[in-house]
Amino acid sequence: MTVLFWVLAVAAVASGAAVFAVGSMARATFALLASFLCVGGELLLAGQHYLGVLVVLMMIMEMLVMAVFMVMYMMDPAGLMPMSMVHNRRGALIVSGAVFAALAAGVFAVPWPARRGGPPRDPAAALGQAIMGPKMLVMMVIGIAILATMIATVVLATRTGRYGEDGAR
Amino acid sequence: MLEVVVLGVLAVAAASLDAVLAGGPGPFREAARLLVLERRTTPQADRLLARIGAIALPLAAALAALVVPFGGHAALDTRVGVVWFNAMEVVGWAAVWLVGWGANSAFALVGGYRFIAQGLAYELPHMFALITAALAAHSLDLRAIGAAQGGLWFGVWMPVAFAVYLVSALAMAFWGPFGAPLGADIAGGAALELPGPDRLVFLAGRYGLLAVASAVAVPLFLGGGGGPVLPAWLWSLVKTCAVLALLVWARRRLPVLRMDRFVQAAWVVLIPAVLLQMLVVAVVVVD
Repeated sequence: MTVLFWVLAVAAVASGAAVFAVGSMARATFALLASFLCVGGELLLAGQHYLGVLVVLMMIMEMLVMAVFMVMYMMDPAGLMPMSMVHNRRGALIVSGAVFAALAAGVFAVPWPARRGGPPRDPAAALGQAIMGPKMLVMMVIGIAILATMIATVVLATRTGRYGEDGAR
Repeated sequence: MLEVVVLGVLAVAAASLDAVLAGGPGPFREAARLLVLERRTTPQADRLLARIGAIALPLAAALAALVVPFGGHAALDTRVGVVWFNAMEVVGWAAVWLVGWGANSAFALVGGYRFIAQGLAYELPHMFALITAALAAHSLDLRAIGAAQGGLWFGVWMPVAFAVYLVSALAMAFWGPFGAPLGADIAGGAALELPGPDRLVFLAGRYGLLAVASAVAVPLFLGGGGGPVLPAWLWSLVKTCAVLALLVWARRRLPVLRMDRFVQAAWVVLIPAVLLQMLVVAVVVVD
């Protein structure tokens, strides 16, 4: 269990770093996907089966959609010519170094509370109760808003737009 | 693990049935031909990504087969089988796109992108159909969903969800009317430049996905292992074979859909229809 945890953890960080080392947008996207899949594996190890599988499911779909958009916006659409994935090297190093130092300091500086209670019998059901019980109204509004946004985006993005096949131009 | 092996055998059976219906060479002859085919390459191909794509498809089918129950038993004991099946089936998106992208060939790339469009069209209705069955059974466990249909099969009283599931099963295996990603109009699409052995692995994965999608329809909508006289696992097998035969037969009976038309039909017709179906089921279940 511990061995598997460390294997997945190192693989997640390594493939995350690979995003900036590889030369093509397609490889960068799938390196990032590999990193997320390792994180999903960690959640599975932690007994969060529903969340872990959900991370795997959503990240594959998201990365594929992202690949389409990233390739679309590239100056070299075919993406087969090697290109650098790194921009503003010094600024990025300073920002990421500062963020890492702050987070790492937080890990050691914060007094962690002792564990109370045990894991629920069915974590998926407990999660559902937590977000759909007292927060039901918020979840419903957000859900409808997301669906409406998706449909509106698709409608606006189609060639015919919101006016339909033979609508006014 | 026996369930996974059975689904592998069913995948070969599906390929045989398709060969009989088409009048072509059987799967074993075709496999032997692909294995000895001269390896061809394209300039500046991303071989690593293309190979990952070709291997990912059968791997995803095998991993999805882990949660498929025959009777009341599945290879993997998990309570979130529906979500696991969904996640593994989405790996197909990555597989087809990677194979299409990696070849550095225009037609292959078009095929890869076609499957992304197809995925964005079929996935939401597919998810809603899965959730509808899970909602009625109060469980994400395929075994529990199959066992919850003692009286009336879900396929009977939620026909819209069942029909949408069958459509999405064809679409996720880019099979028959949804075969445009590998379409003849783009010279074979995503799989165009795959060398023989890679193509064998890729197409085997496609049959595997088809077999798994057929097998999952049984606990979701066809009462799982329920039935008179015969043992539960045999009923599961019989029903799976029936669904699989229907899907294989549909391949040459239906015209290939144009991607933009299918996207429009999916968003304008299928999603509202399956949402209404879910509303009806939710009202019935809560009552």
